[in-house]
Amino acid sequence: MTEKKKLRIATTSLAGCFGCHMSFLDIDERLFPLLELVEFDRSPLTDIKHCGPCDIGLVEGGICNAENVHVLREFRKNCKILIAIGACAINGGLPAQRNHLDLRSCLTEVYLTEPGLAHGHIPNDPELPLPLDKVHPLHEVVKIDYFIPGCPPSGDAIWKFLTDLIAGKTPELGFGLIEYD
Amino acid sequence: MPTEVGLSTACLDPILGRHGHDASNLLQILRELQDCIGYLPADAITYLADKLAIPRVRIESVASFYSFLNLQPRGEYRVLFSDNITDRMLGSAELMQQMCQQLWAEPGKVSEDGLVSINTTSCTGMCDQGPALLVNGRAITRLTHQRVQEIGQLIRNHTQLDEWPADFFRVEDNIRRSDLMLDNRLAPGEVLRAALALGADKIVEAIKQSALRGRGGAGFPTGLKWESCRNAKGSEHYVVCNADEGEPGTFKDRVLLTRQADLVFDGMTLCALAVGAKQGFLYLRGEYQYLLEPLETVLQRRRDANLLGTNILGQPSFDFDIKIHLGAGAYICGEESALIESLEGKRGVPRNRPPFPVTHGYMQQPTAVDNVETFCQSVLALHMGAEKYRAIGTEKSAGSKLISVSGDCPLPGIYEYPFGVSVREMLQNCGAVNTRAVQVSGPSGVCVAESEFDRKLGFEDLPTAGAFMVFDDSRDMFEVARNFVHFFAHESCGFCTPCRVGTSMLKQTMDKVAAGHGTQYDLREIENLDRVLQTGSHCGLGHTACNPVLHTLKHFRPAYESRLKSLDFEPAFDLDGALARARQMTGRDDAGAHLKPEGA
Repeated sequence: MTEKKKLRIATTSLAGCFGCHMSFLDIDERLFPLLELVEFDRSPLTDIKHCGPCDIGLVEGGICNAENVHVLREFRKNCKILIAIGACAINGGLPAQRNHLDLRSCLTEVYLTEPGLAHGHIPNDPELPLPLDKVHPLHEVVKIDYFIPGCPPSGDAIWKFLTDLIAGKTPELGFGLIEYD
Repeated sequence: MPTEVGLSTACLDPILGRHGHDASNLLQILRELQDCIGYLPADAITYLADKLAIPRVRIESVASFYSFLNLQPRGEYRVLFSDNITDRMLGSAELMQQMCQQLWAEPGKVSEDGLVSINTTSCTGMCDQGPALLVNGRAITRLTHQRVQEIGQLIRNHTQLDEWPADFFRVEDNIRRSDLMLDNRLAPGEVLRAALALGADKIVEAIKQSALRGRGGAGFPTGLKWESCRNAKGSEHYVVCNADEGEPGTFKDRVLLTRQADLVFDGMTLCALAVGAKQGFLYLRGEYQYLLEPLETVLQRRRDANLLGTNILGQPSFDFDIKIHLGAGAYICGEESALIESLEGKRGVPRNRPPFPVTHGYMQQPTAVDNVETFCQSVLALHMGAEKYRAIGTEKSAGSKLISVSGDCPLPGIYEYPFGVSVREMLQNCGAVNTRAVQVSGPSGVCVAESEFDRKLGFEDLPTAGAFMVFDDSRDMFEVARNFVHFFAHESCGFCTPCRVGTSMLKQTMDKVAAGHGTQYDLREIENLDRVLQTGSHCGLGHTACNPVLHTLKHFRPAYESRLKSLDFEPAFDLDGALARARQMTGRDDAGAHLKPEGA
C-alpha cells in the first residue's frame, strides 16, 4: 500500500496583524503530528512567494488594497478549500475602522497635513499597491468555503478545524471553541 | 430663559407624578418626555434614573430600543415616511426626495437650521390610503406632490400642527364588505349583562364550544387560553389586548378601534370576567397615537355607564379597568411576550417560552393576551351561541375575518369575510386585474402566485393575520421581497445572534443581487441562511425572515436570475471603481493602479 499523500496547505496574512498566524503557532508541539499529515506551500513559515496547487488555503486579514485582491485571487485559484480566519477576514475587523472616513481625508491627513512624512506628497510609486476606498471582508471578493471566527481564534480552535478537515469531516467548533471577539 | 436642565425637569416632574414614579411605566414616561421637548437629553435621563431609583443604563437601553425614541436632538418637525412596499408602489421614495430638496434636508439627518428631520419608518398601517407619513407622531395620508409641497410650506413657516388643514390628518375606514362583526348592532355592555348571568365557568365553556381561534395569526384556541389563564395561580390576573398591529399591510385593528371600540372593550371585560382579572391593558402601536384620545373618551364613557370600574353592572366585586399603553415603533412588540416586556417598561425582547403568558405574563402573573379582533369575535360568539357561530366559516376556522386589502387594486380597504373565502374571490371583489401575486399575512406570511389563487383563507390552508397585498404584472417581485428583507433586518430586536446577523446578511445578499453582482452561489447562500434562521432564532421574526425570498424564488425565480452574472462567484462591489479615489489622489494610471475582472 502506498503512503497517503500529504495535503498541501498555504497561509497568508492580508490586512491583518499576523495575530491569527501567532495563534496558529499556539498549537505548539502539535505542529509535529500536523507535519506528518500536511506540507506547507506559500506561507510565512516557508517564505515561498507564490502558491501552487493546494488543498487548503488559510487567509487572515481583510482586503484593503489592490495587492490583497491579487493575493486572494491567487489563493482562490489554487486552493480547493479556502478558509477565512479571524475577525478581519470575516468582517474587515480593525482595519475597517477607516471605512467611515473618506480615503481622501485619510491620505491627506497622513501625508499632507501631518509634518515629517514622505516630503509632503502622497506616495505614487507603481511598486506600491493602491488602497481601496473601503476595507472589505474576504467573502465580498472571492467565494470563501469556511469561516473560523475569533480575534484571534484560539490555537485549539484552529487545530480542531484543521484536523476535522484533514479527517474528511465537516469541521465543527462547538461550545468553547467559537469566539466572536 | 430656563436652562435645558431646568426645562427637562420642569417637564418631568408632572409626568413622573402622573405615572406614580413607577419604573414599570418607563416607556410611557419617556414617550411623554419626548413629546414635551422633542428628544431625550442626557441630563433628563440622569434625573429620571435618580427619581425612579433605577440604573441610568436601564433607561438608555430602553430609549435606544424603540425607533420613535431619540437620544439626540431631532428637528422641530420630525417627518417619517412610511416605507412599506405599498407606499413605495405609490411613489413614496420620490415624494420623500421632493420634501428633502424643498427643505434642504438630508434623509436621516437634522437640517442645518434644526427645523426638520426626514426619514423612513416601517409600515404605518395606512396602506389603503398611502403614501403616508408621520409628522411628530401624527399620521398624514394620501400624499401627493402637491400635498408634500404644502407640508413643506407649513414646516418652513413654523406653523403649529394644530393649525394644519384637518383634511391632511383624515383617516378613512374604507369598509368595503361587512359581515357579522362590522354589521353588529349590539349596545355597549349588552352581551356583558348576559355573561354576568352565566358566570365565569360557563363563559369559558361557551367560548371553547364556539371553537373561536385567535385572530393575530397563530390561531390558538381562545377558550383554552382563557381557561388556562383562569386556572393559573397568581396574586393578580391580567387581560392584555394586542393592538400593536405592526405587520406591514395590516390595518384592520385600526378600523376596529375606530368603529367598534365598545365591542373591543366589551370583549376585554368579558375576558376579565372569565379569567378573574381586575386590570386590563390595551397596547396601542405608536403609529396610532391619534386614536389615543378618542379611545380614552370611550373608556371614560364606559366608566360613567358602570361598564368599567368597581361593581360593574351592579355585580358585587366585579372590578375591572383598562389602561392604554402606547408603543414606540417596534414591530417585535407584536409578539406577545415582547409586548409584555414592553408593558413592563423594558426593551421589547421576546421571553423564553414556556412558561407562557397564561401562567407567567405581566409581572409574572397569569395574563390573557389576545388580538383586538379576537376580543370582538369572543363577544359575537357568546352572543350568537356556539352552534350558530360555528356554522360560519369552515370546520376548523369558525367565524369571520377582517382582511386589510392594499396594493394594486381599485378598491383597497377592509373586507370582512367568513373564513374559507378564496384568494380569487377576494381579488374579484377588490377589482384587481392582471394580478401577479398576493402577499397574504404580510412579509412573514405567504406569497401566493396565480396558480394558487384558489387557495382559501383559514387555518386549514392559508392562515392570516389580515394583510392582503396585491401585486399586478407591472411589479417586480424581487423588489417586493427585497423591501420585506430590509424590513426584517431593521426590526430584528438584536437579542439573538442568528437573527441579528442573519437578517443583515440576507439584506446584504439581496442588495448584492440588486446591484448586479449576484450569482447562483448567492441564491444558494440564501437557502443556507434560511436554515440557520429557522433553527437558530429565538422567535418567529427570525424564523420567518427568509420567507419572502424563498416564496418569491419559488414562484418568480427568473426575476432573480435576470439580475445574476453568469459566473459562479462575483465580488460584492466594483473592485476597479474602489481604486478610483486612490488613483485620483496619487495621479497614477498604470496597469498596477487598476484591477481587472478575473480572467479578463
